Amino acid sequence: MRSPILATGARLLLPLFLGFALYILLRGHNAPGGGFIAGLIAALGFAIVIFADGPEAARRMLRIDPRSLGGIGLVCALIAGGGAALSGGAPFQGIWLDLPVLPLSTVLLFDIGVFLAVIGGVLALIFALEDSGKAGG
Amino acid sequence: MSWILALPILTPFIGAGACLFLRNRKGVGWISVLTALASLGLAVRLLATVIDHGVIAGQVSGWPAPFGITLVADYLSAAMVLITAIIGLATALWAMAEIGPTSARLGWFTLFQTLLGGVTGAFLTGDLFNLYVWFEVLLISSFGLLAIGGSRSATDGAVKYVTLNLIATALFLCAAGLTYGATGTLNMADLHGKVAAHPDQGLMTVIAILFMLAFGMKAAVFPLFFWLPASYHTPHYAVSALFAGLLTKVGVYALIRVFTLIFTGDQGWTHEILLWCACLTMVTGVLGAAAQSDFRKILSFHIVSQIGYMVLGLALMTPLALVGAVFYLLHHIIVKANLFLVAGVSRRLTGGSDLAQIGGLYRAAPFLAVLFLIPAFSLAGFPPLSGFWAKYLLVRAALEEGAWLVAGIALMVGLLTIYSMTKIWAGAFWKPHPGGYEPVLAQLSPRARVLMLTPMAVLAAMTVLIGVMPEPFVTFATTAAQQLLEPDAYIRIVLGARP
Repeated sequence: MRSPILATGARLLLPLFLGFALYILLRGHNAPGGGFIAGLIAALGFAIVIFADGPEAARRMLRIDPRSLGGIGLVCALIAGGGAALSGGAPFQGIWLDLPVLPLSTVLLFDIGVFLAVIGGVLALIFALEDSGKAGG
Repeated sequence: MSWILALPILTPFIGAGACLFLRNRKGVGWISVLTALASLGLAVRLLATVIDHGVIAGQVSGWPAPFGITLVADYLSAAMVLITAIIGLATALWAMAEIGPTSARLGWFTLFQTLLGGVTGAFLTGDLFNLYVWFEVLLISSFGLLAIGGSRSATDGAVKYVTLNLIATALFLCAAGLTYGATGTLNMADLHGKVAAHPDQGLMTVIAILFMLAFGMKAAVFPLFFWLPASYHTPHYAVSALFAGLLTKVGVYALIRVFTLIFTGDQGWTHEILLWCACLTMVTGVLGAAAQSDFRKILSFHIVSQIGYMVLGLALMTPLALVGAVFYLLHHIIVKANLFLVAGVSRRLTGGSDLAQIGGLYRAAPFLAVLFLIPAFSLAGFPPLSGFWAKYLLVRAALEEGAWLVAGIALMVGLLTIYSMTKIWAGAFWKPHPGGYEPVLAQLSPRARVLMLTPMAVLAAMTVLIGVMPEPFVTFATTAAQQLLEPDAYIRIVLGARP
């Protein structure tokens, strides 16, 4: 059953969830937070859309196959982890770009990778369950 | 050192990523085989390094122990990583003949590689919280692999599996939290001293029991094993084989690691519980198997029964008993995975797994019958196969301790194992097929025949090899047990490890 209240609410909530997820992702750099929990929050936002408008609407909003999203995340994380080999460091050792204001590093890339992998993995799971639920009646 | 330790973990994840992007292509199975081959090479290199240098350790991200995550390999870890890679390669090849494009599109090969990466990570980590993370990786990927079977019973099995395992991981997390609160560290080597020196030893024992519950559930020890027979007979056979070989052994490994390195203060209490759990596990597992009439369900109950032997070795905690436990662990992984692969081929040829409805396999494929008999007799402990030496070591260790009852139980369970194996032999191989048709090996395409039978034959050959020449393997297990009982080198190297 489609509820207009839930559908409208979901559309308002999704940007909120995504914004908060980004905040948690960046906060995780030096404080509790990080890619994993941020990915779960972002996936939750899409999950509400799935429940409100159905998986098709959520797929359109996501624009990209969640499995590919997860794959991109995995590659980012692996690049961040393996990249340390180039500088002769230990696995997953951070490489820092010495910028004056913005401390960019492979640590952030790793967190973003985890973020994307979690969104992709969770959403792929929910979509698969939705599809099998329809197929099974 | 840290890269030698990290690469066997990273490689499966690289393969998982590649399999994910190529999931719609035909060659995705070969990517997984190539990854497994690379993992095998790296595992051999790791083992060679450990044999050359003794215990090796490295720090992820370069944070020194006990603050960062330590990766550490002693004889036991390195051997477990190698055996994981061997089973990984065997099932990767075998799976090419079983996994269709639908399952591949759903990401079967990605999950398969993720699982192997998770198992390897669990064997190599030196940090309790990191071990928890690997358990979660295992749980998520194994849930996916169970669910991809697609049928209603597969989903049912997957839900039971995931619910009961979530309880186990929640207990694990609580125990890890309590440990951290009480000692301020989660590095296993650091914990060795901190736990022993803690003023409140009663609290330490409580935490130890929480760990025992969590790992015991993962290892499928009595009375926490019921999730295993409920789920292992539903998914693809390659998944069953991989789970049977590796998943419960991660729990056994964690038990061995934690109860030789960290919680050794109150052995009269903790190891006594382990001892009786081990005996009950052996007996209930084998009796449960005797009551079953489905190929895979019989084998599933036998996993439970065999776990009892390994825990028995840990519970006795003498040098010889630990040698037996390590030897048993290594021998069992090969044998059990192979038996499930035989079950898979049998299912392809006869169209079922209920022993009342199948038959005629001996006439159809005598070679397959040999491939069944080798691991089956090894499981039961027939000389000169690997299982004989494994049981011999454990029974002798029990007798040396004067534990007559325990030794008797171990021997009786071996006898009952033969009963179940004979039942499978009579049902699936010896009697004619009740459906009135003769299964023939030609039902498998030549490609499937090569892909399925080659890994099985290699695993069977390894079982025979370990049985005929047990000496180097026992020597190896002896060093591994020594390292477990005298963890000074382990602790010194972990705490002094330079990145």
